[in-house]
Amino acid sequence: MFYTTPWPGTGWIDPLREMERMRQEMEHLIGDLALGLRREFPPMNLWAGENGVVVTAQVPGVRPDDLEITVHENTLTLKGRREPEPAAPDVAYHRQERSYGSFARTVALPFRVDPEKVSARFDNGILTVELPRPEVDKPRRIQVRKA
Amino acid sequence: MSEQTAANPAQTQPETTRKVPLRSPVTDIYETRDALVLLMELPGVDASDVEIAVDNRVLTVTGRTSAKAPPGCTLVHAEYRDADYQRAFTLSDAVDPSRIDAVAADGVLRLTVPKAAPEPARRIAVRRA
Repeated sequence: MFYTTPWPGTGWIDPLREMERMRQEMEHLIGDLALGLRREFPPMNLWAGENGVVVTAQVPGVRPDDLEITVHENTLTLKGRREPEPAAPDVAYHRQERSYGSFARTVALPFRVDPEKVSARFDNGILTVELPRPEVDKPRRIQVRKA
Repeated sequence: MSEQTAANPAQTQPETTRKVPLRSPVTDIYETRDALVLLMELPGVDASDVEIAVDNRVLTVTGRTSAKAPPGCTLVHAEYRDADYQRAFTLSDAVDPSRIDAVAADGVLRLTVPKAAPEPARRIAVRRA
């Protein structure tokens, strides 16, 4: 869905890509402001490394058991629920800034993922999903032989 | 209960030397018959990195993030930034700040501030001059 940049790899500098990168960096700098306008839950970060992609998401208040992570071909789906505090009599709210309910997000990945190799971790309200790139899909260096 | 310096917590604090931004955490506050409960979202903050202080009826909560970038990875799409959190509230006389209970679970900090027992009315005897 949001994976628009080419695979960050090694090699020559593509001016267009470099501009895109700078644009993205600017967006990161001012981004938090802009992001507030179209906030989806949960906010996700996408990281690319040599061995695959790592998706992190801020899901404070979601119990790990209430998270459902599914991987199908090249999509990652994250579903879950945030339960409000059980209603009790004589409770008066002074401030209610947190949001509750169910959520679902689907992310398109730049490659097919082997669901068996996907691992997920939950630390202090941050979910980390590691999606390794399959061996056959990894970029290979081709040696040029001398004629 | 009123809020202090939530718009810009950095105003009353020296600027941090950390590279992560300082944010005001999203908070729910409700009152039950015996206590005031605060639920603050502190994603990425470990329970050991939360500091809670009460000074002059001002309750200040500070959390330092321990979230780290995955090793060997570059950020290609960002919708949030890891942040430190700070927010301060002024407590009314109706609660007892000396008995605050704090529990952190799944990135949410729950503070329970018990209500203070009402002070018994005092009678002051008038002495004859």
